[in-house]
Amino acid sequence: MSAVLFFIAAIGAITGAFGVVMLRNPFYSVLALAFHLVSLAALFLLLRAEFVAAAQVIVYAGAVMVLYVFVVAYVGGGEQLTTRGALRVLGPLFALALAIELCIAMLGAGLKGVNSRGAVYVPGFGAPRSIGQLFLTKFLFPFEIASILLLVAAVGAVVLARRRRGLEPDERTEARIHGPRPAYTGTMAEAAGVRQVVHGEAVKPDVEPVGTLTGDGAGSAGSAGSEHEGGW
Amino acid sequence: MNIGWYLAVSAIIFCIGAGGVLVRRNPLVILLCLELMLNAANLALVAFARMWGNEDGQVFALIVMVVAACEVTVGLGLVVAIYRRQLPIDVDELNELQG
Repeated sequence: MSAVLFFIAAIGAITGAFGVVMLRNPFYSVLALAFHLVSLAALFLLLRAEFVAAAQVIVYAGAVMVLYVFVVAYVGGGEQLTTRGALRVLGPLFALALAIELCIAMLGAGLKGVNSRGAVYVPGFGAPRSIGQLFLTKFLFPFEIASILLLVAAVGAVVLARRRRGLEPDERTEARIHGPRPAYTGTMAEAAGVRQVVHGEAVKPDVEPVGTLTGDGAGSAGSAGSEHEGGW
Repeated sequence: MNIGWYLAVSAIIFCIGAGGVLVRRNPLVILLCLELMLNAANLALVAFARMWGNEDGQVFALIVMVVAACEVTVGLGLVVAIYRRQLPIDVDELNELQG
């Protein structure tokens, strides 16, 4: 019975893995990965890792896959191309060589435990109770480091994916319009040539704006200089 | 089933993932292939934990899951940032490491 379940789950996992690589549309690749993860969770259950299997389904096939689906939906399918040139042939060859090498390593190692069915099963092996106990006693430091790592990753993702101001072109032009500009820009004084606008530096107007508004006009304000003639 | 069978499945999945990283060009699919490789390592860890009757390997597998989740978060953030800058989502085009 366990052999049948193993072969079903193993074939499912390998098929899902092939689907991730082979399918052209990234959305279907994500779905194939979800299938692969569920099959792998079945393998974990056969290995008596109940808590890991549950975490696999909930965290991976649940949360992470939803994240993937959202990003694929946001970015779009895009062009589903494989690499050009030599890597297209060399990549699968490299993978095949790696597989052969791993098989040779596994067969040549001659480990006795690999050819056994594993240690005697004790009830409670891999249960949440024992995993939690290990996490809070023996592996407390890795547990805390993992939580800090998650926090750093969350902050990093927000910083990377946030909307940057100034990147949008229309906002940039808007900022230029409202920025500091030379005095007398766009006034009648500039048009009449009374005042030369110096580009590149923001000259302080020698007449206060209020005075210009309520004064006798641009000409008098220009000739008045710094005497504040057109004041209150 | 013998533990060796699980290790064989793990090796096959790892090699599929490694080949996918080399062949595909879309960063999203490359991230998915990285997930495949991490999951293959997880399967090997859990298989060895079963072999020894020791749960330390399972704890390590859970830590690997946490690291994989972090990697996915940052990687997807990068993909979204690339998309926002209207650059091509293609690792062959994005070969200049400059802002």
